[in-house]
Amino acid sequence: MSNQYVRIVRDGLWDNNIVFVQALALCPLLAVSGTATNGLGMGLASTAVMIASGFSISLVRGIITPQVRIPIFVLIIAVLVTLVDMAMNAWVHDLHKVLGLFIPLIVTNCAILGRAESFASRNKWLPALFDGLMMGLGFTLALVLLGAGREILGSGTLFANAALMLGSWAASLELVLIPDYKGFLLIVLPPGGFILLGFLLAGKRLIDRALAARSHSVLLQTTTT
Amino acid sequence: MNAPKPELRNRVGYQAILLGGFSTLATVLLVVGNIATQGAILERQKEDLQRSLNQVVPAVLYDNNLLDNPLRLPGPAGKSLAVYRGTRGMQINALAYEVSGQGYGGEIRLIMGLDADGRILGVRALSHAETPGLGDKIEVERSGWMLEFNGLSLGNPPQERWKVKKDGGRFDAFSGATITPRGVLKAIEGGLVFYREHRTELRSPPVVNNTTVSANEVTGNE
Repeated sequence: MSNQYVRIVRDGLWDNNIVFVQALALCPLLAVSGTATNGLGMGLASTAVMIASGFSISLVRGIITPQVRIPIFVLIIAVLVTLVDMAMNAWVHDLHKVLGLFIPLIVTNCAILGRAESFASRNKWLPALFDGLMMGLGFTLALVLLGAGREILGSGTLFANAALMLGSWAASLELVLIPDYKGFLLIVLPPGGFILLGFLLAGKRLIDRALAARSHSVLLQTTTT
Repeated sequence: MNAPKPELRNRVGYQAILLGGFSTLATVLLVVGNIATQGAILERQKEDLQRSLNQVVPAVLYDNNLLDNPLRLPGPAGKSLAVYRGTRGMQINALAYEVSGQGYGGEIRLIMGLDADGRILGVRALSHAETPGLGDKIEVERSGWMLEFNGLSLGNPPQERWKVKKDGGRFDAFSGATITPRGVLKAIEGGLVFYREHRTELRSPPVVNNTTVSANEVTGNE
């Protein structure tokens, strides 16, 4: 993989993560991160839209003028979201019943328009498609982490109802971590999402700082020896 | 006449055609997507309905397809209400229809099943937006509250007792949530009143309707 692709992977998953760094897409993040399964489903649906929008926008970037670019991007994203919505309703109906309300909201996910504007409209189709994939996976990562945290603290389970989404094999993923748990309502409700998100953001900063300190000390050692 | 490219792109006409072109393309894609999925979506919705009917109507009571020719009557909310009927032979054994009430977080949709004499076979929540951990005890997976109604009817208890205990009725509310059970009870009461008002239509066997329809068709053909 060339340098550019390594950069895209690092940006999408960590260095420029939609949630942890850009702090975009918080509305769907807080709304559907009640359980890890819902987070995963929403993340994958958003990823599909981001890949398709990155690809199609970079293909047509040559003929679009700056004056009308925003309406055209929004139109493309809206069409893609509607198609994903219809496909999910038809073929993964049980998950659609859970996420149904939020799928149309992917259109308003500013992260997708943001990537269209800042990356896909300036790059060839392959990097644009890849950027959509990686940004989407970064978003999925954040959703699943937050969903897992809220699910464990809020109801004592992990990946509940995963079989609804992924088929019967996923029943083995469904764990009851704390039997007879009474539930922690604050975490299940949106404020719990905000609180845990705060901890996740702080955790990311701590890791980054530790990494920076280590590379700094390595640098010092190599210069002193 | 040979306009250089940048100038062409800056013309209003170019931009209008661009927007129009993309809109047309979007329309075509959506039409194709709709055609490709609408069959499957209808199928899924039927399965959903069948599944929720199975929850409130025991399978021993009927041998027909519950989804076949539902009876449409003006419902409590003024809208037309589809009543699904379970029959065995010529006999109506079970009725099922949807009712809705106002909960704490919005509309609560319920499906209720009655036997031919108006006794409740079962009530289940189809959808709601109640507070997790408080109002969601109306889901039968979370508590047995909804099962209390089985076997009851309007008259047992009398209509004025179809309320939570706080309002002088007979039913328990959950701790921390009164609005949710209140909304559910109001909806069920509405459903029972609906049965009382339409008792004769609801109990007349659908098979008779079928034969009259087919007889009409035969005469029409002749």
